[in-house]
Amino acid sequence: MSPGFHLFPEQASTMAPRVDALYFYLVGISVFFSLLIFTLVIYFAIKYRRGFEEEEPPPEMRDILALEVTWIVVPLILALIAFFWGANVYYALARPPQNALEIFVVGRQWMWKFQHPDGQREINQLHVPLGRPVKLTLASEDVIHSFFIPAFRVKYDVVPGRYTTIWFEATQPGQFHLFCAEYCGTQHSGMIGQVVVLEPEQYEAWLGGELGAPRAVAGLPTSRPVPEGSLTAKGQQLFRDLGCQVCHRMEKQGIGPVLTGVFGSQVKLQSGETVTADESYVRESILNPQAKITAGFQPLMPPFQGRINEEEVMQLVAYIKSLGQTQAGNRQGAVSSTK
Amino acid sequence: MKAEKLDYPTEPRRHYLNADYGVMSWLFTVDHKRIALLYLGTITVMFFIGGAAAVLFRLELATPQGDVVISETYNKLFSAHGIIMVFFFLIPSIPATLGNFLVPMMIGARDLAFPRLNLLSWYLLVIGAVFALGAVLAGGVDTGWTFYTPYSSVYSNTFVVVTIIGVFLAGFSSILTGLNFIVTIHTMRAPGLTWFRLPLFIWAHYATSMINLLGTPVVAITLGLVVLEGVFGLGIFNPTLGGDPVLFQHLFWFYSHPAVYIMVLPSMGVVSEVITCFSRKRIFSYRFVAFSSIAIAVLGFLVWGHHMFVSGQSLYASMIFSLLSMFVAIPSAVKVFNWTATLYGGSISYATPLLYGLGFIGLFTVGGLTGVLIASLGVNVHVHDTYFIVAHFHYIMVGGALMGYLGGLHYWWPKISGRIYPEGWAKFAALIIFVGFNLTFFPQFILGYLGMPRRYHVYPEEFQVLNVMSSAGASILGIGYIIPMIYLVWSMRYGKPAGANPWGSTGLEWQTPSPPPTYNFEKTPIITREVYDYRKQESHG
Repeated sequence: MSPGFHLFPEQASTMAPRVDALYFYLVGISVFFSLLIFTLVIYFAIKYRRGFEEEEPPPEMRDILALEVTWIVVPLILALIAFFWGANVYYALARPPQNALEIFVVGRQWMWKFQHPDGQREINQLHVPLGRPVKLTLASEDVIHSFFIPAFRVKYDVVPGRYTTIWFEATQPGQFHLFCAEYCGTQHSGMIGQVVVLEPEQYEAWLGGELGAPRAVAGLPTSRPVPEGSLTAKGQQLFRDLGCQVCHRMEKQGIGPVLTGVFGSQVKLQSGETVTADESYVRESILNPQAKITAGFQPLMPPFQGRINEEEVMQLVAYIKSLGQTQAGNRQGAVSSTK
Repeated sequence: MKAEKLDYPTEPRRHYLNADYGVMSWLFTVDHKRIALLYLGTITVMFFIGGAAAVLFRLELATPQGDVVISETYNKLFSAHGIIMVFFFLIPSIPATLGNFLVPMMIGARDLAFPRLNLLSWYLLVIGAVFALGAVLAGGVDTGWTFYTPYSSVYSNTFVVVTIIGVFLAGFSSILTGLNFIVTIHTMRAPGLTWFRLPLFIWAHYATSMINLLGTPVVAITLGLVVLEGVFGLGIFNPTLGGDPVLFQHLFWFYSHPAVYIMVLPSMGVVSEVITCFSRKRIFSYRFVAFSSIAIAVLGFLVWGHHMFVSGQSLYASMIFSLLSMFVAIPSAVKVFNWTATLYGGSISYATPLLYGLGFIGLFTVGGLTGVLIASLGVNVHVHDTYFIVAHFHYIMVGGALMGYLGGLHYWWPKISGRIYPEGWAKFAALIIFVGFNLTFFPQFILGYLGMPRRYHVYPEEFQVLNVMSSAGASILGIGYIIPMIYLVWSMRYGKPAGANPWGSTGLEWQTPSPPPTYNFEKTPIITREVYDYRKQESHG
């Protein structure tokens, strides 16, 4: 946002006009009823001031039920419209499109750290392409933060111990404020940054400039070529360094479950429940494996809570995700056929 | 208390102020009227301390850079402002002072049901205030008044535990006051004073007491859990120990949302009394106004999740909380419309209490409507934790609760002190406060939608113009609050004697001399008329 005096924020995402339309409806109602009440109060206060009463005071209005019903029903209808409209916009804000570009975000006192799928990393600055949905997965290393881009009208808390998500599609190139909106300690107001929206070709150039052209590498088997330096490659490296493959073997059953095709599938737990293997489930199973044990396995895995940080967890999640995407369909079919 | 220095050359009569002298006669009094004055002194001190903190951080916010204080100090200032104003001023304000003074008098009783418990309530508040102020003096607390975990329980290195003990004790003070009011209203009404002859001030206090009794224990326990986690390392809210930080928010807002109604319902009671008295009208639709207080108290317990629309709460839970929040707007609207209709065809005199009453209607209307705005999910995401929220709740808590408190204090001042305050000065101060308030908080709505987050020490330059307006308004507001402080104290000695009923009110509390005798009434009154019976009174007179 350019310096100077503003009364209304820029609209720079697909959701911004939808949020603003709802806002104008609500401001409209507020202005109408405020003026109605102000006018009536001032008019009555002047017309009926003491010492200037009319000869015949108006007949006393006994409690008129019709009047009570009117001023209950009319505001109720307008409030219900505000509810349904608001819920509709909220639902759209909460559901990212399938084809969104996925970027991982870690908040900590007092900075924002970003990891792009191809491995580019940034602090307090986020480059995104114009006209393409971007989904952010948010995690916190310490306290609660809140990820807020006013020009996009999006905000969501970054809560330690779980993943939250947010999405947007930028409609304007330029630089926009990124704020932490949840009070997080001494330098809370310094936990700010910039979102840089680039035209698609500029964005490609930026990606290349950051890292050089991606190359495929040999290594552990994966479902698709892994570009060197990408989030997935980092996760793969970490997977090896931590010795995960000793138990989670790639081809045949080890002490732990085979992870190929797990992501996105339905996992049957020892407790009898079935859960979807999403990012949050994978994260929890790394940090605190005892919480949800897959049916047929012993609770032998050590917890990684405190041994790896949230950024590393995100790299592992990206790697396990890459193992899952090709065969997820088959796996899902297999589970449902056994039922 | 200054009251003990008073002499009444024209009134040698015995009353509660001159019934006894000396510090001990105040510190060990069980007279609800004297305890009300003890509370008045206590919360006035707290108000000016909380206000001083606000003046300092508004001064800081006049420029985008952090140049008056460092970030740590800034965070401690807004935390102290919130904690002191919410727990040690707004929550006790009307119930503990005007409520304490008036609940027995309005129902024709000699005192509250449990006079000693009433005194204990005051001591709990004072001890709580000593802890809270002790924490400020020792170095302060930087969690904000909301104490969000895991920041408060694990990460903050400030005096969180001491502050929480203070808030905990103040909480028990309001639980005991609520209990006392409920028992008193049920069991000690004068003969003939049926439920639907009760002043609306009593209905409002009954609803407030219900919230105090049911909600306050929850926040006390929750803050206790924060202490257990912080001191003993129990994993309740800290995720690395298996806790859930969002659980804290559920428990905290389960009380702290209804707490907003603890602050504003008593003010609504005051407005009902003031509007009827100064327009010489019975209230329009007594039963709707009375039951809307109860509806607000009940619905207020079902909407806490609207503070958590972006906190990780489930999508569908958020939708339910949004819907229920829309419903709570309705009883508030009913009250505003009925007060307005009460003015119709009245005989209105512009005394200071009525100016505050009308100011309340206007500002509460803005606060309430912006409440509907932020209860709407799609917009809430954008304005959550911005200055829009700060503006909204100050319109309710300051524009609403505080206007009602000042209006009530002026209205019953002749009864409390036996003296009339200077009307010219009072009107002047009311005007200053109204202008200062709007200049302070209206620009914050715009700032909030522009995206300025709350609790920011340093902010981008484009927000400066609106922040300067807000800081200028705050200094006008500060002056507005000092003026009544001066003339009310002045009037205790130099004001004109008030007489029993200077406003010509129908209220029971005005049918006994000012100041009232120790046991309020010479003999127990018998009630034969409905309340606010202004027309009949004129025809009789």
